[in-house]
Amino acid sequence: MIRSVPRSRWFDALYLGYLVAFFLYLALPLAVTGAFAFNDAPYPSLPWKGFTLDWYLADGTGGRTGLFHDDGLLSALWVSVQIAFWVTLVSVALGCVNAVLFERLDFRGKEFLYLLMLLPLVIPGVILGVSILVFYSGMANDASRSWGIELDVFRPGMTLVVMGQVAFISTLSTLVIAARLRKFDRQLEEAALNLGATPLVAWFTVTLPWLLPSIAGAAAMAFLMSFENFNTTVMLTGSDTPLTVALFNRLREGSTPVLNAVALLLMVGSALLALIAMGRSDKD
Amino acid sequence: MQSSVSRLSLWLLLTPFLLWIVLLVLLPHLQMLRVSFQVRESWDTLAWGIDQYRNFFTESYYWRTFVRTGVMSLFTTFLTLIIAFPIAWYIARLARGKARGLLFLACLIPFWASELVRTYGWMILLRESGLISSWLQLLGLADAPVEMLYNDVAVIIGLVYNGLLFMVVPLVTTLDGLDENLVEAGYDLGGGHLTVMREVVVPWAMPGIVSGCIVVFMLTLGSYLTPILMGGKDSAWFTQQIFTQFITRFNWEQGAALGVLLLVLSSVIVWVGLRLSGQSLRKVMG
Repeated sequence: MIRSVPRSRWFDALYLGYLVAFFLYLALPLAVTGAFAFNDAPYPSLPWKGFTLDWYLADGTGGRTGLFHDDGLLSALWVSVQIAFWVTLVSVALGCVNAVLFERLDFRGKEFLYLLMLLPLVIPGVILGVSILVFYSGMANDASRSWGIELDVFRPGMTLVVMGQVAFISTLSTLVIAARLRKFDRQLEEAALNLGATPLVAWFTVTLPWLLPSIAGAAAMAFLMSFENFNTTVMLTGSDTPLTVALFNRLREGSTPVLNAVALLLMVGSALLALIAMGRSDKD
Repeated sequence: MQSSVSRLSLWLLLTPFLLWIVLLVLLPHLQMLRVSFQVRESWDTLAWGIDQYRNFFTESYYWRTFVRTGVMSLFTTFLTLIIAFPIAWYIARLARGKARGLLFLACLIPFWASELVRTYGWMILLRESGLISSWLQLLGLADAPVEMLYNDVAVIIGLVYNGLLFMVVPLVTTLDGLDENLVEAGYDLGGGHLTVMREVVVPWAMPGIVSGCIVVFMLTLGSYLTPILMGGKDSAWFTQQIFTQFITRFNWEQGAALGVLLLVLSSVIVWVGLRLSGQSLRKVMG
């Protein structure tokens, strides 16, 4: 089974066939989704009626509204971008602090706190969303009923969505940044201190530049995960629905090639972001 | 002086962490637990009680879905492991140079799209007016459109698809570190393929297997889109019931109880998995 152990030709052929089938299985749904974004028919199914850009560009005059003229989807896209921005900012900052905390400092109860840090990984996303809804929205309800104070930030809406996503994305960004900090050579920092730098200056001129690739990687990951999250988001969203929830609502009404157009755009966008992030981390 | 400075910096670093864990994870879950033991007597009075949990056990619809979700998630996890292992083995041990990187990258492709997009892709393929149905008719294998969506097989196909990456990556990482001399020694000592697999490869890959299984299981158990969009009328998923209680019926007390039960189920299964394989959460996840 390893290169040095002889294999029969049958086994090799079978293995190759399996690999091909596997990668077909991976690629097929996405290829098909992308292709139908350009089919000149009102419904994403065969037969192929020819190539069109209507599902992106049509302005509603011919009975077709393309993505770039679909105000509902465009505003949902904007909501998603805003949410992803805040989630990325908070979870990457938190990830840096946590990485230093767990990699550099020793204190009582560290093991226990580390396990707490991992906890969000083993909580289903729906439950995270529900618990935050119960706690904060319940608090807003109680405050309104008992004291007449309106805590509108804690009603379902963008703030709650950001909070729900930060709850688990922070764990991932912490793991990414901590893994890089673990490989850091402490002597570099000590050299800076010996040469007269204050700890803060040493941190910003030596340690932080070393961490930058992992910070960029964590940021790309946080942005993508926030953008694509559905399970936590759907529990916490208010009237300003983010893109995944808006798409889901559309999909329940029936599928149109506009959905394929959005899907293709999302795929290309996240592929680009992922490639940039990977390209950066390869260099170091 | 030195110690008070380091104490200060410890607290400075500890505060954001504690705020996050306490305000966004611990308190909300404790509150959910508390609400699950409340019973609404009238529109603004609450009493303590275990009615919500009693409902769960007396209404067969709840616990049937619960058991079904658990069993199907375990099956999906197992299937994902079986499908992913040969792929991970090929990438880690047989592919060379450029092919290796490309194959690994190809495994990541589906995850450039969100779960919604992936599920949508499968719907376009499998439904009655979908591509596979059209192809079957074109090839003369079917006379009429075939509906392949809205059943459990479709749900499992979608769920396995969603989980694959999270299985392949940890497997590749652990298999990468396997010393081939060990495998050769296994063969030299007279072991067949199966023996070497069981005695050398699987024990070595155990941390990767466990970590992949935990993540895939959690994702599957907690998934919402795939079972809803690809499942049939009678293939309910437990997350769907939680959603219904909260969003459609505004019955937070019942929804909280169902949430607690799902959390207990996932924690117990993850714990049992770690125990059986002799791994720890820290080793597997951290």
